[in-house]
Parts: sequence; structure tokens; C-alpha cells
Amino acid sequence: MMSKHITVGKVTKYVVLILLFLFLACPLLWQISLAFKGPKDDMYAVPPYFWPRDPTVDNFSGVFKRLPIVGYALNTLVVAAINILGNVVSGTTAGYAIALLKFKGKRIVIGILFLSMLIPGETVMITQFLIIRSLNLQNNLIGVALPGIVSAMNILLFVNAFRAIPRDLIEAAEMDGASVWQRFTMICAPQVKGTMALVAIFSFMGSWNDFLWPLIVLTDDSHYTLTLGMSRLQGTFVSDPRLVAAGTVIALVPILIFFFVFQRYIFHGLEVGGVKE
Amino acid sequence: MAQLSHRQRKGAGSASARRLNPDGTYVHPLGANRSGVIAPWFFVTIPILWILIFSLLPFLNTIRLSFTDSTLLRPGKFIGFQNFVDMFHDPHFITAMTNSSLYVVCVVPFMIILPLILAALVADRTRIMGFFRTSFYIPVIMSSVVVGLIWTNLLDSKGLVNGMFRALHWITKPIPFLTDRWLLLFSAMTITIWTGLGYYMIIYLTTIANIDPVLYEAAQIDGAGAVRQFIHVTLPGCTWTMILISLLSSMSAFRVFGEIYMLTNGSGGVGGADITMTMLIKNEGTGINARTGYAGALGLVMFFVLGALILFEWFLESRSSDDE
Repeated sequence: MMSKHITVGKVTKYVVLILLFLFLACPLLWQISLAFKGPKDDMYAVPPYFWPRDPTVDNFSGVFKRLPIVGYALNTLVVAAINILGNVVSGTTAGYAIALLKFKGKRIVIGILFLSMLIPGETVMITQFLIIRSLNLQNNLIGVALPGIVSAMNILLFVNAFRAIPRDLIEAAEMDGASVWQRFTMICAPQVKGTMALVAIFSFMGSWNDFLWPLIVLTDDSHYTLTLGMSRLQGTFVSDPRLVAAGTVIALVPILIFFFVFQRYIFHGLEVGGVKE
Repeated sequence: MAQLSHRQRKGAGSASARRLNPDGTYVHPLGANRSGVIAPWFFVTIPILWILIFSLLPFLNTIRLSFTDSTLLRPGKFIGFQNFVDMFHDPHFITAMTNSSLYVVCVVPFMIILPLILAALVADRTRIMGFFRTSFYIPVIMSSVVVGLIWTNLLDSKGLVNGMFRALHWITKPIPFLTDRWLLLFSAMTITIWTGLGYYMIIYLTTIANIDPVLYEAAQIDGAGAVRQFIHVTLPGCTWTMILISLLSSMSAFRVFGEIYMLTNGSGGVGGADITMTMLIKNEGTGINARTGYAGALGLVMFFVLGALILFEWFLESRSSDDE
């Protein structure tokens, strides 16, 4: 009686799970199927079918021929690299000082950090652009990367990480005569490697997926990041969903691999950081 | 709130440090003193300057611009609250405000409830549940552009969704998911929910992992099944998280941009009928004819709406902590 009750529950549970799985996975699977369909496949068949009858990889080479995807991806990587370096360095240094050093004006510094977190990007994106423009960095990858190099959210993540270092460790180093800088490079910074990895991972995913800001800064096709280049797929190939599908698959593969490699870190990061968007 | 607790902890930390020192073993008072003046600023100056230049300064400039009739090419002059008055006569603003608000109202309930159910279903630390957790998270890591492209294909008049409906003989004419003003908005909402579920699921999972297992055992002994355990243990344990997620999801719903941009090919729908606040700010504030003053005023409205959401969340939080 009891065990039968549990089985019914389990069956319902798995039915719900599989339905949700279909809702979440189907769009992607259909896109993959579409990307491999050849010219003899009827994309608009009623009823629709999943397995390509005329399978081909021409769609992929077609996308590479028409769009400089590798160039777009390299542009994104440039922005991502600047972003990662900036956020890790600024987060580590500022986080260290705020968490472990005493100084006048610390409250003001913390106040500035919290204040900046209350300002939505949409409110300042035009005035940020005006700054980028006055620096003559519009239509430039550095202009895309610059405002995101320092983030209050990341600094606070580092503050928390530095606070978690056992005080004895730091005090022992202090008594051994280690200077502030030595304590930073030899004792404290190595202790927050996990946070560095976390911030680097989320900075990378952030710059890989960012769309609105590069859309404002970049006008010239040759400087486009991958998301901007991909958004052009719609205008260029409206007539052929197969190419669009192949393009999205190409754009997805790197970030999917990245996700699977760093999955543990990413889930862990969402747990400790709570919110990062 | 967070800031307050932060200060308290800082106070406690320095007090304990002072208590440790008087035993005479503290060798480098000079070094400590120096670290108190110059060295900390060596570490924080550049990051703080950066935030001042790229966040606070633009914010002040947005406020200043919002009271002027500036354009990209002309500094403009002070016009008081004229921009804010103009908004209410601007049909684009009315549309954008309606769409963005409607987005919040329709998307947020799904974001609060569905991910919680998902999280409760996949909470077990088994291999198969790990598989489901990972696959539910995959849409989260996709950019809005890729998501938009995928769903444009699906919702096209000849796309998969219409094809299936046709095969099932539910429809004879394709449903205009991407051209009808309201259907397009609802399609975009579906996409937003599709991409957001996994993200909020992870946040709920963290909370559920912290619920005392004893509560579940007690409920089991009382003969509660999975559904009643969910209602009487999981749900009350997640109240705080639900408030947090209502804030997060309403803020991101109000800021919606990529989904609608992609579904409408950047146009904001026929006649701009599906434009959102973010889109409007972008349209008004960029390009050679940019009205930076008006865009500034719109940005400020955005700031106040999102700020109001935060205040509302604080209010809910303080009320639920009073109850305890």
C-alpha cells in the first residue's frame, strides 16, 4: 500500500520533470536539428519531423562564409580578457584594503560601492556612452570593456572572501615583519583564489553574452562582438532558418563547453554570491 | 541592511585586534601606522575612481541632462521639468511604460512559483537529478541574441509551434506570434521565463538545502506526502527567498530588452507598439539625432521605478521579520 503510494508520487514527479525538460530543451534540440537539415529537407513540413532526411554540414560552412564569425569571437575575447583582468585585479586590491586594512574614509568608500550598486545600467548607459565618446573610444573594443572593468558587486565578493581568512594567519605574518604589500601578495591573495576564479568566470560569461552596451558603443561591423554579429543573422538570412540555426549552434558551442567545464564553480558562485546579473 | 551588519562586524574585528596586542609582542607599530594612511589608498584609489567616473558621475550627469533639452550635438539649456511633462504626452513613453509594467505583472508570478517547484523536484543529490539541474540551467547561459534567434525560428508563421498546431488540426491559419502586438509581448514573456527558470531554481535550491531535514522527517512521520511536505515545510522555509526573487525578477522584467529586440528585429514591433523602457532610452539617447536630455529623464524614471521596487521589497522584508 505504502510503496504503491510512493510509486504514484514518483511517476508524477518524473512526468512533470520530463515535461519541463521538454519545454526547456526542445527549442535548443530543434535548432540543432534545423542546423543539420539539407536543401532537400522540408523545414516547414506538417507534421514537423526531427531527424534530418538530407543531413549536411553545409549550413555551418555557409555561415562561416557569409559572416566573419571568428573575427567576431576574437573581438568578444578581447573584451572578455580586459574585463576578467580588470575585475580580478580591482576586486582583489580594493577588497583586500576594505576587508583587512584600517583607514580613514573607509565608510565613504563602502558608501560609494553600495550607491553604485543602486544605479541601474539603463539609467546611465547614455551618459556612459557620452564619456566613451568624449574619450574618442566609441566604436572601439576598449570602449566596450572600460565601464565594466570595476564592479562594486565583485569588490564586495572579495571583501567577504578576505574576511574569511583566519586572523591568526595575518597576525602571524605581521609579527614576522611582513609589510602590507607582502601580506597581500604572499598571504592573503593566494587565499582568495576561489573568488578570483569565480569573478573571472562570471566576468567571462557576462562579456560573452552582453548585447545592449556593445550595441550602443559599436557601429562598425568589423568591431562587432559575437552577440552583435549574431543579431545580424536575422537581417542577413531571413530567408534561410537553417543558416540562422547553424549560426546559433556555432555561437553556443564555446559557451556550453565553458559551462560544462566550470559548472561546479558556477553553481557554487550562485550559492555564495546569491546574485550576479 | 547589509551595510549595517558590515559595519558592526568591522567594529567587532578591530576591537578584538586591539585586545590581542597589549601583550608586548607586537613588533611593528610603525608598519601598522603606515598601513593606516597610505597603503590602503594604494589599493582602493583606482577602483573607487573608476566607479566614480563610470557610475556615479554618469548618474549625476543623467540627472543634470534630464532638466535640459540637450541633444548629442548641442549642449542645450535648462528647461525645468519640461522633459517629465513631455513624457505624458509622448505615446512612445506610454507604450513603453505599459509594456514594461505588464511584463513585470505577467512574468514575476511564474518566476516565483515555477522555479520553486522545479527546485523541490530536483533537490535530491542524485545523479539523475544532477542531470536535470544542469539541463534546466542551460538556457540561462545563452545570450538574449541566441535565445531570440532560436525562438524566432520556433514562433515564425511557418515555424515549429505553428507546424505542430497545424499537424494537430488545432488551427488552419498560422498564429501571428511575431507580428501581433499582444501575442509578441506574450511570446517574449514566455522566452524570458524560459531563460530565467534555471537561474531562480538554483537560488531556491540553496535555500532548500538549508532547511532542517528534521522538519521533513517530522512531516513524514505525521504521514505527510510529497505535496503536503512541499506546502508545509518547503514553502514556509522559502518565504524570504520568494521575496528576494520577486525583487530580482521584477527588476529584470522591467528592464527587458534583448528578447523583444530580437523578436522584432530591432524595431520594437509594428509602429513601435512593443517597445520597452530600455529600448526607448536606447532609441532616444543614441544616433545622430539623440535627445540626450529626454533620454536622461527617461533613465531617471527607470531609476525611480526600480528604486521603488527595492523599497517595496525592504518593506516586505521588515514586515516579515517583525512577524517572527
